[in-house]
Amino acid sequence: MRDIFLEEVYRIMKREDIFFLSDDFGSPVLDQLRRDFPERFVNVGIAEQNLINLAAGLALEGWTVYAYGIAAFLSMRAYEQVRVNLAMLSQWRDINVNLVAVGAGVSYDVSGPSHHCLEDLGLMRMLPNMTVFSPSDGILCEEIADYTAKASGPKYIRLDGKALPNLYKGIGAEELKCGFSEIRRGEKLCIVATGYMTHRALAACESLKSEIIDVGVIDVFLLKPFDEGKLFETLERYDGIVTLEEGFVNKGGLDGLISSLLEKNGSRKSLAALGFKDAYTFDVGNREYLHRLNQLDEESILRTIKSMLD
Amino acid sequence: MIHRAGSGHPGGALSLVEILAELYARRMRFDPEHPDWPDRDRLILSKGHGVPALYAALAWYGYFPKEELLTLRRTDGRLEGHPDRCRVPGIEASTGSLGQGLSIGIGHALSGRLDQRTYRTFVILGDGEIQEGQVWEAALFASAHRLDNLTAFIDCNGFQLDDAVEKILSIEPVAEKWESFGWAVREIDGHSLGEIEEAIRWADGVRGKPSVIVARTVKGKGVSFMEGNNDFHGRAPTDEEFEHAMKELGAHPEREAFL
Repeated sequence: MRDIFLEEVYRIMKREDIFFLSDDFGSPVLDQLRRDFPERFVNVGIAEQNLINLAAGLALEGWTVYAYGIAAFLSMRAYEQVRVNLAMLSQWRDINVNLVAVGAGVSYDVSGPSHHCLEDLGLMRMLPNMTVFSPSDGILCEEIADYTAKASGPKYIRLDGKALPNLYKGIGAEELKCGFSEIRRGEKLCIVATGYMTHRALAACESLKSEIIDVGVIDVFLLKPFDEGKLFETLERYDGIVTLEEGFVNKGGLDGLISSLLEKNGSRKSLAALGFKDAYTFDVGNREYLHRLNQLDEESILRTIKSMLD
Repeated sequence: MIHRAGSGHPGGALSLVEILAELYARRMRFDPEHPDWPDRDRLILSKGHGVPALYAALAWYGYFPKEELLTLRRTDGRLEGHPDRCRVPGIEASTGSLGQGLSIGIGHALSGRLDQRTYRTFVILGDGEIQEGQVWEAALFASAHRLDNLTAFIDCNGFQLDDAVEKILSIEPVAEKWESFGWAVREIDGHSLGEIEEAIRWADGVRGKPSVIVARTVKGKGVSFMEGNNDFHGRAPTDEEFEHAMKELGAHPEREAFL
């Protein structure tokens, strides 16, 4: 995912005035970018606060800026810098700064809780003027890279630390702005997921097919701003909704987005929020293991679905 | 201004008056009619609470009417207690959250070098402010990237909100610290126009590294009872104090008339 996104940025850099800043974070594509655009690529060192303000300064001079780093650090180490220099400033000035945050959720599984990123969706959604992307595959990444190069404003792009298989064949600019896609149609119940968890949702639904339970899946890849009317319309067709995210629940992430949308529209559907509870996970293990500990494995998801259908 | 507003930071504004006067009167290229003129020199007041002094300079040079100065911190006004780049012409960076201006200045300086523009970026920091870690991230970066189109001033007035900088968290020896971070350093009397002018000329000539001017100043300079009196870090003078101060400064005590 990361590489697909960066490859697209690399292509755009060939024709547009883009400055690329790295928070001492690498990738093979980045080596190419560094080689071909030595003047417009800077590894700022391990210094997130300086990174964000430097990006703001460059953006004020007219550059489109990409700031690239590990999600947990890019989103939280310099949160106040993001608030003052990107979110506030962009309310009055056109600046194009894109925070490319790699390591969504627990994708850096065995690196431990310092490298897990379970707070960013809520934190970034809270900031006025911020656009928040959370793509689930490479096709979306490409389209998001194109969009971010053109559209003004500060944006947070939450990318998985691991490569994920493609879910989409293609996605148009309008579809992207809509913010979500109902990638699997169901009957009574649907799972609203984002990023890696969309894959998990699809797998869970597949395993229910044998029991003739048809559960829908809505992939939310743009958490702010998105087409609220259209999303509500889609949710309306279902009796119950399960939100599924690799983030803390009840903290303004995907579950908060859905519950406030339903509330705003006076809907009283049954709603279950699956995600990380109010505690950090210190146990060492791969993603599957960490999910099982936090009842986010397929079995737990199926249990929730079945209990809602009863 | 601050008296009329009823709140503000007179001490840290008065300590940087001569630095601003020298920059605006003799050194910086700017055009109040075109605040976004691409070749203007950039000035970032990183110690944002000193902004009344900057507002005065901006009004003096016509970025906005002098009468507007009396709307500092007033409802419906645009002169906030800290600099706002979005609405006030001539302000380059919205500061107030300390420690952030130098990094923004680096963005301007990097861009200027890449675009082969000749403008210089000046950043004014406070001495207490450099306790912020981000300042040192920026200091490392600017010297590693040899940004010789960047000049910082450190307004060393010796005090921060709660007490003397030396008592709370010493930053000394300041000059040596910046030198060891790869900056060209000059230490001056920050109230001597001649020394400031000479130091700016020196900074213009520095090649291959950023420059910093450590300006030794007096907090509340120019008003006897405010000088070195940290009670005036963040409070406005009373009516009596205001009239006394105006007399000392040789200004008319009538509030409106001094404009």
